[in-house]
Amino acid sequence: MSGQSEHNTKTLKLIVWRQAGPDKPGRFETYTAKNITDHHSFLEMLDVVNEELIKDGKEPIVFDHDCREGICGVCSQVINGLAHGGQERTTVCQLHMRLFKDGDTIYIEPWRARAFPIIKDLMVNRGALDKIIQAGGYTSAHTGGCPDANSIPIPRPEAEYAMDAAECIGCGACVAGCPNGAAMLFTGAKVSQLAALPQGQVEAAERVVAMLQAAQDCGFGNCTNHYECQAACPKGINVKFIARLNREYFKAQF
Amino acid sequence: MILNGKCPTGPVEQSWDKARFDMKLVNPSNKRKYKILVVGTGLAGASAAASLGELGYNVEAFCYQDSPRRAHSIAAQGGINAAKNYPNDGDSIKRLFYDTVKGGDFRAREYDVWRLAQVSNEIIDQCVAQGVPFARDYAGYLDNRSFGGAQVSRTFYARGQTGQQLLLGAYSALSRQIKLGTVKMFTRTELLDIVLVDGEAKGITLRDLVTGEIRVHTGDAVCLCTGGYANVFNLSTNARGCSVTAIWKAYKKGAFFANPCYTQIHPTCIPQAGDYQSKLTLMSESLRNDGRIWVPKKKDEKRAANDIPEEDRDYYLERKYPSFGNLAPRDISSRAAKEQCDDGRGVGPGGRGVYLDFRDSIKRLGENLIRERYGNLFEMYERITGENGYKVPMRIYPASHYAMGGLWVDYTLMSNIPGLFVLGEANFSVHGANRLGASALMQGLADGYFVIPYTIAPYLAASKPGKVNTDHPECRKSIDDVNGFIRKLLSVNGKETPADFMRKLGNITWNLVGMGRSKESLTEALSKIPEVKEEFWKNLKVSGSPKELNQQLENAGRTIDFIEFADLLCRDALARDESCGAHFRVEHQYEDGEAKRDDANYMHVAAWGYKGEGAEPERHTEPLDFTVIKPAVRSYK
Repeated sequence: MSGQSEHNTKTLKLIVWRQAGPDKPGRFETYTAKNITDHHSFLEMLDVVNEELIKDGKEPIVFDHDCREGICGVCSQVINGLAHGGQERTTVCQLHMRLFKDGDTIYIEPWRARAFPIIKDLMVNRGALDKIIQAGGYTSAHTGGCPDANSIPIPRPEAEYAMDAAECIGCGACVAGCPNGAAMLFTGAKVSQLAALPQGQVEAAERVVAMLQAAQDCGFGNCTNHYECQAACPKGINVKFIARLNREYFKAQF
Repeated sequence: MILNGKCPTGPVEQSWDKARFDMKLVNPSNKRKYKILVVGTGLAGASAAASLGELGYNVEAFCYQDSPRRAHSIAAQGGINAAKNYPNDGDSIKRLFYDTVKGGDFRAREYDVWRLAQVSNEIIDQCVAQGVPFARDYAGYLDNRSFGGAQVSRTFYARGQTGQQLLLGAYSALSRQIKLGTVKMFTRTELLDIVLVDGEAKGITLRDLVTGEIRVHTGDAVCLCTGGYANVFNLSTNARGCSVTAIWKAYKKGAFFANPCYTQIHPTCIPQAGDYQSKLTLMSESLRNDGRIWVPKKKDEKRAANDIPEEDRDYYLERKYPSFGNLAPRDISSRAAKEQCDDGRGVGPGGRGVYLDFRDSIKRLGENLIRERYGNLFEMYERITGENGYKVPMRIYPASHYAMGGLWVDYTLMSNIPGLFVLGEANFSVHGANRLGASALMQGLADGYFVIPYTIAPYLAASKPGKVNTDHPECRKSIDDVNGFIRKLLSVNGKETPADFMRKLGNITWNLVGMGRSKESLTEALSKIPEVKEEFWKNLKVSGSPKELNQQLENAGRTIDFIEFADLLCRDALARDESCGAHFRVEHQYEDGEAKRDDANYMHVAAWGYKGEGAEPERHTEPLDFTVIKPAVRSYK
């Protein structure tokens, strides 16, 4: 196999946010990551560090991860000040160490937003995003008894537009990237997806009002057009969906 | 013991309709008196929890992730089958049924498969009504493509993210019920025991992964929708959190484990790059629609892929299986790739890869169309390997991907423990020895939306609601047992981490119980696995405390369950002295390398019963009848 043997290895200095619990004080700690190759993903690099910490009898760094292929949306780290590390359209788990140089210093922090309290170290609670969906991010279709799928043709541009919006993985990078801690890109994506489809239009007005109210109740801020969300989004969700969110909201007032 | 799957009788075409009519109903006003515990909220669990909540039952749903939207169903890319016959190319429920039974190498139940094929059409209607943005043609109608193992275009897809979109559809239906109060959602919780009262499943014991609290939830029935065990190979395409734990704990409480040796190896994964690697990444098999698979004809070929002329390339799938070509079923494609590599013609680091080449289709269709169809997969490939698949052929290699085995269930999806239902990948029922592409999503949603809402009713109708509460002695005993198990994990205080043990286990399972198995390799594995287990209990290192968030403790528990389970997997593979589907015993093959079944002796489901720590498990069988489709050699030539 390739890997360590075929590539020069790198040594990196990691400055990592450690926090024992939501109400505990946090601080940065420094670690060294050794024998890292181009093929390591960022999380695999942290695995290597954690294995050493455990063997030294120290507490490993807690971070959220699962699918490690960029789709479950659970990984959530701010790397050198950028959500998911700043590679375009890439989650932390898909960030690879070929982007870093031997000897680099890397700062690693959790998502920071009022609506995302820290659970431990780099892990935050993103339950607020579920609350926004629960407020109305669905069509009220009952199980069974739905009409034949082809009975409502949907023009391809609308279907593609809905799919562009539906690509959101709910990771919350948009919130972490936003100076206002707003969840407008996340909310806008779901509102736009459903508003673009005939199935979703019936409840569109009710939905947008309820979802925005839920976002406010959860402690998210509002959009002031910084576009940082779009820059941080690993799925390339476009800010046009925030514009659509606003239009849907205004339409709902009349 | 000879098991009875309680299949309906009579013509298969009418079986599900008749069974539904024959099943008892629960009066709408009585439904709210029953509480159902749904464990796992992927496609099967989320759709089940949403549908049962909507029917009026009280549902409590549990997942180990921070949100039900994260379940690993989300990573399925390619598509979902249905027998809509929209493209008018000769598809029908019967043909989907036929392909699935044949694809499973005649080791699935005909009646279960029929039901799956029949409800497949309703699934598409359901998902479209939920706003799942399936691909459309320019007239606005749904688009289809074809997938491995089928000669019709019956696969519905949403770019390369079908699993994600279907899961988000189920998640949104679940979210609606959470808002309505019919479903209570418990995230970051892990099942560690099943509570049986008078032999019936009446509760689950779980660990709150944030606080470390161990507690019991009681209910009138339990649905396990906890996915598969492919991580028994350590490296697989599954998410890191996917484990065998829930169904393994159920097995240890008496649920039969069926066909554990059926594990699918997926042919189109990105090859492994190093020993530190935490997972293998699958790329949708839909790539095989337009990509051509080849290896150099010469061993030790040194030239770059693009410099190898046509006459020096071996398009081995097209050569060996002219009618299916690059779309040959997964087990066949996987073994064929391994053969080429074992024979010294593999490409890439370590010679563990074959080319998946889009050169010809880009020439024929243009890069834009290819980008439109598979763009996200090309991006993913580039991110991981640093190579551009539009310019140089991609490299692929098989990886463990899906479990066709699982807990044994009867036609109603109930295990042999009354009240314990098992849905989706966690059960064994419809895939037989091999799963065709785009059928896992179909099964998850079929079980959750369209099967369990009907089949759970007869059990509930016959039982008194609210029989057990958390003060019951069995609940207290279960909490004590779980606490004891956790203390034991923490008290070893050795030197090796759970990840070390998973790597050791993976070396054994992948090499000795992987794509090819033999009596020798299995016997060797069966002698090595107990050594790993023994070392685990001597040399495990888990830091931290049980009363807090402790990821090492979670990993340690899942690891020992995998080690124990691997032993059962090997036993099953050894006892099944034939080749079928994804279970390939090298002793049993035709001259051309095809799998050779032994229908006279093994046309049955093998279901294993736990007999206690250290004791040999007991092998039960359920004979399989094929009344509609005559078993034949599965040929894709």
